[in-house]
Amino acid sequence: MVNIEKAPEGIEGPGFMATNLDQVIGLARKNSLWPLPFATSCCGIEFMATMASTYDFSRFGSERPSFSPRQADLLMVMGTIAKKMAPVLRQVYEQMAEPKWVIAVGACASSGGIFDTYSVLQGIDEVIPVDVYVPGCPPRPEQIIDGFLRIQDLAANEPLTRRSSEEYKRLLAKYDMK
Amino acid sequence: MESTITNEVFLQKLTDKFGDAIISSVDDYGMLTVTADSSKNIEILNYLYDEPSLQVQFMTDLTGVHYPEQELAFCVVYHLHSLVNNYRVRFKFFIGGEIPTIASATSVYATANWMERETYDFFGIIFEGHPDLRRILNVDEMVAFPLRKEFPLEDPNRIDKKDYYFGR
Repeated sequence: MVNIEKAPEGIEGPGFMATNLDQVIGLARKNSLWPLPFATSCCGIEFMATMASTYDFSRFGSERPSFSPRQADLLMVMGTIAKKMAPVLRQVYEQMAEPKWVIAVGACASSGGIFDTYSVLQGIDEVIPVDVYVPGCPPRPEQIIDGFLRIQDLAANEPLTRRSSEEYKRLLAKYDMK
Repeated sequence: MESTITNEVFLQKLTDKFGDAIISSVDDYGMLTVTADSSKNIEILNYLYDEPSLQVQFMTDLTGVHYPEQELAFCVVYHLHSLVNNYRVRFKFFIGGEIPTIASATSVYATANWMERETYDFFGIIFEGHPDLRRILNVDEMVAFPLRKEFPLEDPNRIDKKDYYFGR
């Protein structure tokens, strides 16, 4: 059975439909989020299960995991990020085109997890802004999918002006980005 | 294959050659641990390497230990192996001072290069004569030496363990 996304609300008549652009773009973005898996440890293994046939991650419109940040919409950080890796992660994020979203999958990416120590970044939100945190050590595929659905909600409801808003610029400025 | 050298013979050769530079020795579960004068470390390594009856020509490991309560607060440990004689031995050299310094073993064992960089990275021990003594595992910007005992175990940037999250 094929489920087709419902059209947004609008005014319909013979041969035309009028609705607002935010919703149409949101609908398109939501259902074609291309994720960039940035997997460094066990959460990455869990993501492999999420992508495989049982959980079939691609049914949410992310058929193509993008291993180039240039074509990716969603950065999925899965695993422990060492401090030495932080500038690499930051560079990958900066190379992505707007609009872009970030999921921190698992305890390590969210807060450092059990690695409360000198060599590990205590949560990736120290270097890049994060939209959704998925708890777990590691989280099950269902949880990763739930995190992805929350990103879909954000993408669907995001106003087109958000990325040029002052608020968003302030957020990036906090991370020394433009 | 059994080792062709015994600990007694090895120690005898060493004390005959270096005398007072050999400070103490102990047999740990069959493996000899020799503590010696840190200024003689390269002389001793060279002797072990070149002496035809020993041929200790393989360095298994090199690391450091921090004993903050001791006057000679840092220890450099060599694990050496004679492949020809199937004989293993451990050497300890204690050093102190504000900037603990010891001669680099890279002139004897090329493999000491990265292991001395690691020991420098974590303990701040300076290996004089090392061709490229800089950090190897930690971020280059790091200023501390994280395996020294005064270094806090937990990361100060950690926020989710702060007391106020738990009503303390």
